[in-house]
Amino acid sequence: MTQPTAPDLPRRAWVEQVMGLPISVHVRGDAALSSSVERAVVELFESLRRADQRFSTYRADSEVSARRRGEAVRPSADMLEVLALCDEARRLTRGAFDPDLPSGFDPSGLVKGWAVERASGPLRKAAGGSDWLVNAGGDILLHAEAGRTWRIGIEDPRSPDRTLRALSLSRGAVATSGHARRGAHITDPRTGRAADGTVLSATVVAPTLLWADVYATAAYVRGVQALPWLGRADGARILLVRADGSLLSTFGAGTVRGPATSAAASART
Amino acid sequence: MRRVTLWIVSTVAALVLLFSYHTSTGAAGGSQAAALGSSTPGTSSSGSGGSSESSGSGGSSGSTGSGGSSGSGGSSGSATTQGTSGTFTGSTVDTRWGPVQVQVTVDSGKITDVQAVVYPQENPRDQEINAYALPVLHDEVLDAQSAQIDAVSGATVTSDGYISSLQAAIDAANLKS
Repeated sequence: MTQPTAPDLPRRAWVEQVMGLPISVHVRGDAALSSSVERAVVELFESLRRADQRFSTYRADSEVSARRRGEAVRPSADMLEVLALCDEARRLTRGAFDPDLPSGFDPSGLVKGWAVERASGPLRKAAGGSDWLVNAGGDILLHAEAGRTWRIGIEDPRSPDRTLRALSLSRGAVATSGHARRGAHITDPRTGRAADGTVLSATVVAPTLLWADVYATAAYVRGVQALPWLGRADGARILLVRADGSLLSTFGAGTVRGPATSAAASART
Repeated sequence: MRRVTLWIVSTVAALVLLFSYHTSTGAAGGSQAAALGSSTPGTSSSGSGGSSESSGSGGSSGSTGSGGSSGSGGSSGSATTQGTSGTFTGSTVDTRWGPVQVQVTVDSGKITDVQAVVYPQENPRDQEINAYALPVLHDEVLDAQSAQIDAVSGATVTSDGYISSLQAAIDAANLKS
């Protein structure tokens, strides 16, 4: 059960606060110390700041805020792209993801993944041959070279300083939605109320962070009802932590059930 | 390890200045996430039984090694229109094997260093391991498989929760130039 690790490779991390979140970037391999990676990380943070300026619901001067006020502003190319993705997300999640909340237009649940994917482009190129990951407030986009993986711990929603399981991943994204840290901050668009609490957190592994994030939100809102259709979503795998402490997951060969506190083998890709 | 020399009593106020924006700190100039200092926790966090460095005037008295205690954090620093600078210490995160406390150094609104100032003193390999991974620092982050964890996926970690998070502990081990 030992995982391939890369303890001997050079590794470097950066952390900045963007979009009100801590964003961690880790690079592992020869490129970790290169100036081109350094520049790509700088670019990454700058790109995220630009996205925040356009899409923040907390900034009065953002394009999203103007839209929320009903101002007749011609949408930017970025906004048009996000609006199209929101439509697709609403359709694919049967309405469990919906940017039109009772409080107004709020695409935040999609923009973070979208922005991180885009911002990571230069890093993906600069880190060629090395491993990298971006952790945006608990939602992670990653890449590892052949034969290596990143070990991703899934936070215990009942005790955020602990992890329940670990995943070894070489590419793709992991996103978790839940009530930890911020209280019941995810709203069910069907009711306008916080999600019902039958599920404490939902973790989704998917090829892209955008869809991992959207599906995790949907799975948290819909709970176990999401499994039948989400289980068939393109390349997505799900781990639900239920209020009674049990785990429900689509990792592995089939649906795996077990108590959250068991020391069973970690979910694998 | 730098020792905190000036403790601001109003830790909360200082942390609010730094971390509790809902918008980003994007106005801060420059974008290089500089990495200062070495990350070698423990050289001055002395003593067996998990003594805490936060026993100064800014924090509560130190944690004890066996479960359940929590020393509150302290900070030293300044806030200017260019961004906050200083050293900020998170509250102690209790783990099965002892308290972990993370200290974050900020220069003009940028995190430049993350270090563990309190960490478990005992070798976790000697302990019974259950399903939980614990923030044992440096190269020893254990999960159910006794393997290293590189990052943590969880419900959105806000900036004010970051310094007490497992992810911060992992970052601390790798923020070096």
